[in-house]
Amino acid sequence: MRYDSPLAAVGNTPLVRLPRLSPSDEVSVWAKLEDRNPTGSVKDRPALHMIEQAEADGRLTPGCTILEPTSGNTGISLAMAARLKGYRIVCVMPENTSAERRELLAMWGAQIISSPAAGGSNTAVRVAKELSAEHPDWVMLYQYGNTANPGAHYATTGPEILADLPTITHFVAGLGTTGTLMGVGRFLREKVPGVSIVAAEPRYDDVVYGLRNLDEGFVPELYDETVLTTRFSVGSEDAVRRTRELLAEEGIFAGVSTGAALHAALGVAAKAHRAGQRADVVFVVADGGWKYLSTGIYTAESTEAAVAALHGQLWA
Amino acid sequence: MAIEVRIPTILRTYTDGQKAVEGAGATLDELFADLDTRHAGLRDRVVDGGELRRFVNVYLNDEDVRFLDGIATKVADGDSVTILPAVAGGSR
Repeated sequence: MRYDSPLAAVGNTPLVRLPRLSPSDEVSVWAKLEDRNPTGSVKDRPALHMIEQAEADGRLTPGCTILEPTSGNTGISLAMAARLKGYRIVCVMPENTSAERRELLAMWGAQIISSPAAGGSNTAVRVAKELSAEHPDWVMLYQYGNTANPGAHYATTGPEILADLPTITHFVAGLGTTGTLMGVGRFLREKVPGVSIVAAEPRYDDVVYGLRNLDEGFVPELYDETVLTTRFSVGSEDAVRRTRELLAEEGIFAGVSTGAALHAALGVAAKAHRAGQRADVVFVVADGGWKYLSTGIYTAESTEAAVAALHGQLWA
Repeated sequence: MAIEVRIPTILRTYTDGQKAVEGAGATLDELFADLDTRHAGLRDRVVDGGELRRFVNVYLNDEDVRFLDGIATKVADGDSVTILPAVAGGSR
């Protein structure tokens, strides 16, 4: 495949069947490898789309400063695009996110403002909104409420999946900004009668319980419950266990939130298998494991040791 | 027949501090009634007037039962049920 610039190479990611984790020949689990995007995560799609939409609307002009609350991936995607397009960028992120994410943001030239760990992304959103009020000339793209976020998935991710797998029965993704689920979900519901749209929501242990949980009280403006068929709540232990299984069984090196999506995908696959129904379950590999290496979860002796290593950290 | 029920910190006063208890029943409603015979008061914190309380989420094998059949959702031996408080504001 040939592209005219790095930014043009966003999307068109592989969809791969997981032969060892699929329950049977009739029930297949498929991974959409979004880590194959230019900065290594699914967020390249909404980030680029939000920037280009803001440029088209005239909100974003040369020399502008972009402001965004982000626990990492969206900031990294925006920072890369901002550098190539000549914008300054300020990211607000919780102080308890991994060192790799900070390093990556700094590498792309982003300025990082830390928000308190307590309240996680919810607090980062609040701090960013305060900064936005103080600096009216800064442009907050605001992934939690920007329709260009699901719009990117409606225009690209959804059609790619349908083209590769017209027999899709379930689509599973993590629930953060809700952009992936809303965008792909709306597209597939229009094209595939009876398709199930399944959310995998992170559930943290007591230490960081609910930091990015919708139930913490912050519901992204983009969220529309009617797009979802069902919702899974996935604890740290299951997320870590599945992340390690994906590596050991299928050789896919993914981030921890992907383990949560896989857990939900295997849950709906097992239900279809028990009911004697055929199913093609697609889940999103949101990013690779690189940014989580320092947690030690990939090489820990056991799942228990890996969970202990992750204790108290945000992973989605 | 045993179904594991994971109890959130805030409700462990009803279970003598236990993080998980076991119960029986064909539906969640029956399961909560069964649990109440040994952990008096627990059911009332989860169920109100034949429905789940607004600020409580219940998951069957990690799946939100509001998207299934609520407290009428069928359960079976070996299932895992998780009760979680939803902080004020909720998701809906």
